Amino acid sequence: MTLVYAGLTSHAPGMTGRAHMVENTNERDLLYAALDQQRQEIQDSGAEALIVVAAEHFANFFMDNMPAYCIGIGEYHLGPIEDSAWLKIEKTTIPGAPALAGAIAQEVIQSVDIAYAEEWKCDHGIMVPLHFLTPKYDLPIIPMNINCQGPPLTPLSRAWAFGEAVRRACDLSSSKIALIGTGGISHWPATPDSGKINEAWDREFLDRLTRQDKAALLSYTDSETYQDAGQGGFEIRTHIAAAAAAGGPCHVQFYTANLPIFAVGCTVARFSVA
Amino acid sequence: MSLYQVQKFLFNLNRDEQSKEQYTNDKTTLLRSYDLTDDEREALSQGDIGLLYVMGVNGQILMHYAAFLGIEWFDYLELMRKGITEHGQVRAGVYAMTGGGRSFTKEREIS
Repeated sequence: MTLVYAGLTSHAPGMTGRAHMVENTNERDLLYAALDQQRQEIQDSGAEALIVVAAEHFANFFMDNMPAYCIGIGEYHLGPIEDSAWLKIEKTTIPGAPALAGAIAQEVIQSVDIAYAEEWKCDHGIMVPLHFLTPKYDLPIIPMNINCQGPPLTPLSRAWAFGEAVRRACDLSSSKIALIGTGGISHWPATPDSGKINEAWDREFLDRLTRQDKAALLSYTDSETYQDAGQGGFEIRTHIAAAAAAGGPCHVQFYTANLPIFAVGCTVARFSVA
Repeated sequence: MSLYQVQKFLFNLNRDEQSKEQYTNDKTTLLRSYDLTDDEREALSQGDIGLLYVMGVNGQILMHYAAFLGIEWFDYLELMRKGITEHGQVRAGVYAMTGGGRSFTKEREIS
């Protein structure tokens, strides 16, 4: 078993870019402390590479040729694409893990029709997690993307199957691998409703992860999610894939709906890897 | 209406440093490569966030564009609301305003 860590984190650009605009600084600092703990847990796991199951926002893929799933197998990745002053993350080069990523892609494709990419640009969806979890950018990163931006969207059951396939691929490797699923739960980002959060919906979703209720996790329809959790809620696919990869229950280490300037209910969690 | 082309222009602009440089120096030439209506070309030339939002540009693409233009956060949110006031509801996509125009964060007035 070479998946040594699995967890979840939010990736809102406000978490770095609008940190100075937070009024509830105590809550913000608790979030940062939880992220630092997550960084330490990944380091303590001995991970030699980190898979980031992300939901990008048009950093690489567009409607001319949109993959449902893609794995980055390049030697390095670039990011952020956004204005550095806006995101408050400097542009940098992030090491990839081409041999390991290629082997994982080869195994995943046995059961899920992924795309792969030797070029990868990272937006806040990956850069914000890395800023907190690998701040020196010294851990090889394998980016994986699930299209959560617009329909047609991959079914939740396929996101689960993707996570299971990633886990199977990790288990075939001799490398120690960590995995983070990053996305929002309910949120309405990049609209005038930014800051709107359905806390009850979030807590119910997290409870389903905690009690490993696969049927309940896969029962959301996209129309229900859009109604109750906004278009940002489509990103639950990353959490579902991470849950499937982990195979054990989720332990929520931090959640708050009280940082609306970050435009999402900020979450930090780890899974038992089973 | 060629929303796809509007978004394609912004997608390429957002992720490519050379395109950003050309937008700053000679946006007319850059815009000529896309199949746009006059209104769309004007909105992109002017950086009209409100109109582009109403046209249905994906919110993430638009947010990154607004960041590139140096628009402050609360101004950006207010520009989208103003777009709806001036042009009506969002015409396409999944980034519609559903909160009736209210603010979900404590905000200041647009400058």
